[in-house]
Amino acid sequence: MWSIIEQIFPYAIIFTIPLLITALGGLFSERSGIVNIALEGLMVIGAFSGALSIHYLSGVLDNHTLVLWLGLLAAVLAGVLFSVLHAFASINLNANQIISGTAINLIATALTVFLARNITGSGNIRISSGFSPWDVPFLSDIPVIGDLFFTKTYPTTWLVLIILFASSFILYKTKFGLRLRSCGEFPQAAEAAGINVRRIRYSGVLISGAFAGLGGALIIVTQSGEFTGTVAGLGFLALASLIFGQWKPLGVLAATLFFGFASTIANVSQVIPELAVIPPILLKIFPYVVTLIALVIFSKSSQAPKAVGETFDSGKR
Amino acid sequence: MRNTIVSLISIILGLVAGGILMLFIGSNPIEGYSYLLQGALKNLERIGNTLATATPLVFTGLSVAFAFRTGLFNIGASGQMLAGGLAATAVALTFDLSGPVNLLAMVLAGLVAGALWAFIPGLLKAKFNVHEVVSTIMMNWIAYWTIYYIVPGYFKGEFLETESKKLAESDTLRTPFLTEMFDGSYINLGLFLAVIAVIIIAFIIDKTTLGFELKAVGFNRFAAEYAGMKVNRNIILSMLISGALAGVGGVALYTGNASSIQIGILPSQGYDGIAVALLGANHPVGVFFAAVLFGILYSGTGFMNAMTEIPPELANTIIAIIIYFAATSVMIERLLNKFKAKKSNKEDKRGPVVEKGDS
Repeated sequence: MWSIIEQIFPYAIIFTIPLLITALGGLFSERSGIVNIALEGLMVIGAFSGALSIHYLSGVLDNHTLVLWLGLLAAVLAGVLFSVLHAFASINLNANQIISGTAINLIATALTVFLARNITGSGNIRISSGFSPWDVPFLSDIPVIGDLFFTKTYPTTWLVLIILFASSFILYKTKFGLRLRSCGEFPQAAEAAGINVRRIRYSGVLISGAFAGLGGALIIVTQSGEFTGTVAGLGFLALASLIFGQWKPLGVLAATLFFGFASTIANVSQVIPELAVIPPILLKIFPYVVTLIALVIFSKSSQAPKAVGETFDSGKR
Repeated sequence: MRNTIVSLISIILGLVAGGILMLFIGSNPIEGYSYLLQGALKNLERIGNTLATATPLVFTGLSVAFAFRTGLFNIGASGQMLAGGLAATAVALTFDLSGPVNLLAMVLAGLVAGALWAFIPGLLKAKFNVHEVVSTIMMNWIAYWTIYYIVPGYFKGEFLETESKKLAESDTLRTPFLTEMFDGSYINLGLFLAVIAVIIIAFIIDKTTLGFELKAVGFNRFAAEYAGMKVNRNIILSMLISGALAGVGGVALYTGNASSIQIGILPSQGYDGIAVALLGANHPVGVFFAAVLFGILYSGTGFMNAMTEIPPELANTIIAIIIYFAATSVMIERLLNKFKAKKSNKEDKRGPVVEKGDS
């Protein structure tokens, strides 16, 4: 049992991290009161811009690590830019947030493949290599824990974990966090208290764009090494993790870890004898079924932001 | 009327944006669009193919639109299509029926399977208030993986592991009479089913008590409850009908347009159904025309791609941009209002509604 865990742990983490950062982005958006079903599309945009800029920059710059980080930065910027579309539609124009998000998902997948096909012909963009795993100095020497957590890790994993704890701090301990949460719970009251609801919601959505863009690019630099025009539903899975994690940073961490492990187990089950006895179909649908069950269980005590999904009408009582 | 104008303006804006994209990659938009139209409508065969491409979209569009009317967002049409397509394929490959009985059994199987696939989200919504967007997405992936293992396990194709056994011509919705009429196009009986579905759904929505109740629940579920309507029952019923429509759409796609079901693909028609419904203003007739428009875009881009450098994904891009404009219709309505106000020099009655929350 222990050896199985040790074997699949690194893969599960690689799978979890993009999901985690994207779900965290969704958290900022939804806590500010804007449903962001566009996470999937924003991830695709991030994966595309990351892959494209790494593809081009690696011919210009010699330092490959720097190129990778610049690629991630490009993905963040592209995610922010694209999320403006969602913010504008749902905050300024009072559009139905789910429809606007769906439109952005459609635009993102279509536009990126359209452009990629023009650039490479096949529609796929390959990068020469991603980040290489790295042992954390000193900490990796600790027995058991060191092997599990601190050997063969990616620097991006630590970056995302830092962002996670910073987000938690910002959300619960700063003025901005309090304002953000109040806009998601009762925007009219927030406005009466002198908060610019639209501006706060804009920041929420733009943060989600940045994080989802980063999440998309992380898939490229740690897992696949190639942009193929899709992120295979990870954005929707991030959305489900957000709800599963009850819109709390640590809850989201737990939910994404669950998905990370469940998916990895399903993917590697055929090569691990102990797991090969279970029909793979059960392992594959397991995370989705558990999510449905979890939604039922949480439905009574849902911690959803009260005003999420509603268009803001400052005259409403 | 107003909805139609908004939809038309969205379409024009989408096409203009598509033209700009073509310019951006160094192609000639006029040439591109003329090849696109030729590809979709030049001869009978292509017209037939265009209508066939539109057929599953009519179903998924109706599916999404119907749920929308009850205030439900069925994003799971893809999964329901897969369920319907698999059920129909299974019936065709398992039972030795023939003729109309066979086709009827296949369509019914697809209808029931689609309805069942949508029943679960409907039930969860009604009983536990689980948001249908998330639950239908989960159901999509469950359908995806179910097909992924069931098809190779039980209905494996002769040459490829990744698709089901090819159906015999008589086991599909194709008929010699339609194929000949359209010069060998893959148009099939699915189109007639789609037209029938449009009529039935229009009748249910506009002329029956059930339709009235469903719309009432969509407008305000609490008011509907106070008026004595069974809200939970109506939510489940609406999802069942919505899923049944998508299921038959799957039958039309997998046993009409195609003759096998492929694994590892969530049919994009499910998501396009959202676009079709939105553009068709959630009305069955509007849905039909929107689906035909999308059919033209999809089937025309193949030819356009063969003749020019423009990638076929142009169709998806145009559709996506149209939807963004349709979603932000407030912007178009404001412009229309301004235009009207200037023309008649009077305050438009709809003004305050549109300006809501704009302080």
